Amino acid sequence: MDGGLSATTATLTPFLLDELRRICGEEWVYTQEHELRTYESDGLLQYHALPAAAVLPGSAEQVQAVVRACAQESVPWVARGSGSGLSGGALPISEGVLIVVSRMKRILEIDKDNARVLVEPGVTNASVSAAVAPDFFYPPDPSSQIVCSIGGNVAENSGGAHCFKYGFTTNYVCGLEVVLPDGEMVMLGGEALDPPGYDLLGAFVGSEGTLGVATKAWLRVVPVPETVKTLVAFFDSTHAAGEAVGAIVTSGVVPGAIEMMDKLAIEASEKMANAGYPIGRGAALLVELDGAEDECEARFSEVVRICEECGSDDVRVARDEAERQLFWKTRKAAFPAMGRISPNYFVQDGVIPRTKLPEVLDRIDELAAEYDMKVANVFHAGDGNLHPLVCYDGAVEGEAERAEELSGKILEACLEAGGSITGEHGVGVDKRKYMPKMFEEPDLDAFQKLRCAFDPAGLANPGKVMPTPRLCGEVPGPYRRHPLEVAGLAERF
Amino acid sequence: MATAPVAAERPDTPEEAAELLRTLGEARRPVRIRGGGTKSGWAWDGEPVALEVVTGGLSRVVEHNEGDFTAILEAGLPLARARQVFAGAEQMLALDPPLGAADAATLGGVLATADSGPLRHRYGTMRDLCVGITVALSDGSLAKAGGKVIKNVAGYDLGKLFTGSFGTLGLVVSVAVRLHPLPDATATALGSGTDPAVLAGAVATLARLPLEADCLDVAWDAGGGRVLVRFGGAAAERQAGAVLDRLRAAGLDDVQSTADDEALWRAQRDGQRSLDGAVVKVAARPTDLATVLGAAREADATVVGRAALGLSWLALEGDDLPGRIEALRAALAPCPCTVLDAPEEVRPSIDPWPDADPGAVAVMRRVKERFDPARIFRPGSFVGGI
Repeated sequence: MDGGLSATTATLTPFLLDELRRICGEEWVYTQEHELRTYESDGLLQYHALPAAAVLPGSAEQVQAVVRACAQESVPWVARGSGSGLSGGALPISEGVLIVVSRMKRILEIDKDNARVLVEPGVTNASVSAAVAPDFFYPPDPSSQIVCSIGGNVAENSGGAHCFKYGFTTNYVCGLEVVLPDGEMVMLGGEALDPPGYDLLGAFVGSEGTLGVATKAWLRVVPVPETVKTLVAFFDSTHAAGEAVGAIVTSGVVPGAIEMMDKLAIEASEKMANAGYPIGRGAALLVELDGAEDECEARFSEVVRICEECGSDDVRVARDEAERQLFWKTRKAAFPAMGRISPNYFVQDGVIPRTKLPEVLDRIDELAAEYDMKVANVFHAGDGNLHPLVCYDGAVEGEAERAEELSGKILEACLEAGGSITGEHGVGVDKRKYMPKMFEEPDLDAFQKLRCAFDPAGLANPGKVMPTPRLCGEVPGPYRRHPLEVAGLAERF
Repeated sequence: MATAPVAAERPDTPEEAAELLRTLGEARRPVRIRGGGTKSGWAWDGEPVALEVVTGGLSRVVEHNEGDFTAILEAGLPLARARQVFAGAEQMLALDPPLGAADAATLGGVLATADSGPLRHRYGTMRDLCVGITVALSDGSLAKAGGKVIKNVAGYDLGKLFTGSFGTLGLVVSVAVRLHPLPDATATALGSGTDPAVLAGAVATLARLPLEADCLDVAWDAGGGRVLVRFGGAAAERQAGAVLDRLRAAGLDDVQSTADDEALWRAQRDGQRSLDGAVVKVAARPTDLATVLGAAREADATVVGRAALGLSWLALEGDDLPGRIEALRAALAPCPCTVLDAPEEVRPSIDPWPDADPGAVAVMRRVKERFDPARIFRPGSFVGGI
C-alpha cells in the first residue's frame, strides 16, 4: 500500500532542484528512481512512496538552507534518520523532498564532567554509549540501537527494554538545535537544564518530525551501574508470569528491565538463538536488576523468591556476561525469529496498565481464535508495553488484510483497558486512523494548535500523526502584522 | 499590583471550569489561576487581571491505581494530601518541592511553576512524572494529552508544554502521574568545607560514581557549605556509609552519615524560599558550581542546589536587592538567573525572567497565540512579555 500522502501544495520546480544541488552539492541530491528506491520505506515496509528528491545535507547550515528553500517554494519535506522506524514516520511525500541526515554523524563534544554529549542527528544510538564508555552510558536502548539515529530517536521519543527504570529519550535530551519549518534555526535548551520559557524541548521530542528537524542534540549520559544481574524464569502460563511481574513491581523493586515472552515467542526465539529454552513452556520472564552492588544483591534474591512463589520451577541466573548476552539475544531474536514459524507477521505496539495484562492477554487469545491466526506475544512487561506479533501468510489472498484487522482489534482491546495505541513506535502514517479512538476532537484540536505554532504552512512531515489533514487558520486576535509588513514592504500608519 | 485582591471564581468540576473560561475568553477578561497561593508572588503580573480562578474545587483523587503505580489527580489537590494517600500504599509521587505556608502547595501550582525539591536528582520534575494532562482553554474546550499509562508516544506531549508555563496557556484541570515505591528507609552522608572549589570537587567525584542516590545537594551559608547525599531503600545506611571515605578524600570536614536525616532535607527545601528576601534560581552546568558558590559568597547569599544537575537557589536578604541581583546576574552570565521570591516593593525594579533565545521566544509567542488567542491567561507576566 502507499501511504496515501500526496501534498496539495507546489511540486518540485527546476528552480528548487537547482537550489538543492547548489546547497548540498550535485552528488548529494538524488532524483533518479533507482537512487530513490532506497528511501521509499522506513522500517515498516508495507508503506512505500518515492519522494520527488532526496537530499543528504552535510551540515546544519545545509539543512537550514534546504528547509528555507522548500518554505519559499511551499514544498513539503520529510526528515529521515536511519529509516528504522516502525510507524511509517519517515515515509516520503511523493511531491516533496526527503531530507536524510545520515551523513551528519559527528560526535561534536564529549563532556563527562557534566555528563553531556553533543551529537549530530545522524549519529547512531549505540555509538553515543560507545563514545562515553566504559564509565558512562546513554540509557535509551531501542532494539534497533546499532543502526537507529539520534535524530530519529528524538522524533519518536524512543524507549527500549530499559526504559521502565531509566526513562525515554525525552528524559535524556537537554538541548536541541532545531531548524523550524520556516527555515529559522533556534536553540531549545542547551547543555544546562531549565531554560527559561515554555518547555519547547519537551514538546519537540516525540513530535515525529512534524515541528522541525533537529540538527544538533545535547544528550545526558549516566554512570554505568556498579553491577548487573539477570535471570530468566519459566512459567506454565503468561498469567503466572504476569503475577510475578506484579509482585516484583509492588514489592518496591525497580528492575532495569523486565521482559516477557509467551509460548509461541519462546518457540520461535529458541529456534534462532539456541539458548536451551524449554519449548512448550507458557511464558519466559527475563528480569534484570542493575545498580549498587549491595542493593542489587538483596533485591535479586527477592526476585528469585517471588518467581518461585508465583510458580516458576525453572529460574536460570546468568552466571557471566556471556550468558547474560545469550538471554538478551534470545529476547531480541523474538521479532526476526517469527520469520521461521510464519511467512509474514505484523508487529503491534500497544500499551495497557500493567495490572490489566491477564484480561488483555485473554482477549488477544480470543481474537486469535476468532480469526484463526497465530499471535505471539513479547512485552516490556514492567511498563505494560505489548508487542503482539500477528502471523500470516501474505501469499494467501486476503490474509494480510485480516491480519491487519486483527492487529487493529488488539489495539482496541488496549484502549478499552485504559491504554495507548503506541508505546514506542509512534503514530506516523500507520496509526493515524486510531488517533480518534484514543483522543477526542478537542484533544486533536489542541495538538493542532501546537503544530501550527511551529509549522503554520504545514510543510513538515504533513499527513503524519493527525488522523485527517488539517490546515492552520489565522490566529484570531486584535491585531496581527500583515505579511507585507513582516516582509518590510509596507508599514501601517 | 500583582497580589492586589480581585474577585475570585471557584469552579467545582472540569466542565464548569471550561465554561467559565469560555465566558472570560469571549469577554477577554484577563485572569490568573490560584492553587494554594504559596507561589503567587512568582512571575509578577505584567498586566492587571480582572479575576482569579481558584482551583480549590478541583481537588479530587480521581484514580489511584496502586498496582499500576499511577494516579489521576485534580490540579487543586494539595501535594501534601496526595502524598498521604500514596504513602498508605507504600508509594510516593517523587516530587518534594517546598510546600509553602500550611503545606498548601497544589499539584497544579507545582506543575505550572515546574517547582521541585531534592528528589529531582533522581526523579526529575513534574515534566518527567506527568504521563497525562487535561487542560481547559480560553475557547472553553477541555483537551487532554497523554494517558494514564507510564509509556505512551501517541500525540503531542502537552504535559511538558504546560509544565512551567506559569498559568499562561490555560488552566490545568487534572494530571496523570507515575508513582514510585516509597523507600522504607533513608540515610544521608554529608561533609562540610569553606572552599567552594573543594565542595564542587566533592560533588564532581560523587556525580561520576554509579551511586543511584536519591538526592545529591549542596548548601552554602555565611562562608561555609556542605555536600549531602541521600540514599533510599533497604541498603540505604550501608550505601551512605560507603561514600564517607570518598567525601573525606575529597577534602571535606566533619564527614558523617545519619539515618535520622529528615531535618537536613527539610532545610534544603526551605532554602529554596525566602519569606522577606529574594530567591534567584540559577541554571548552570554542574561544573559551574564553584563559580556559583563564589558569586553567592560575594553577594552575601545562601545557597541550596541540586549539585549534579547544575541548579542552584540563591537567597538574599537585606538592602539593595535589585542592585545585588543585577550584580549576581552579571557575575553568572550567561547562565539564566530567574528571580522567584522577591519583596513586593522591589518587584517593579526587577525583571523576574532571564533573557531567552530570541528564536525560541518567537516560537513561544506563537504557542501562546494558538493556545490562548483571547490572551486572558496572565498576559504580560511570562518570559519575553508573553
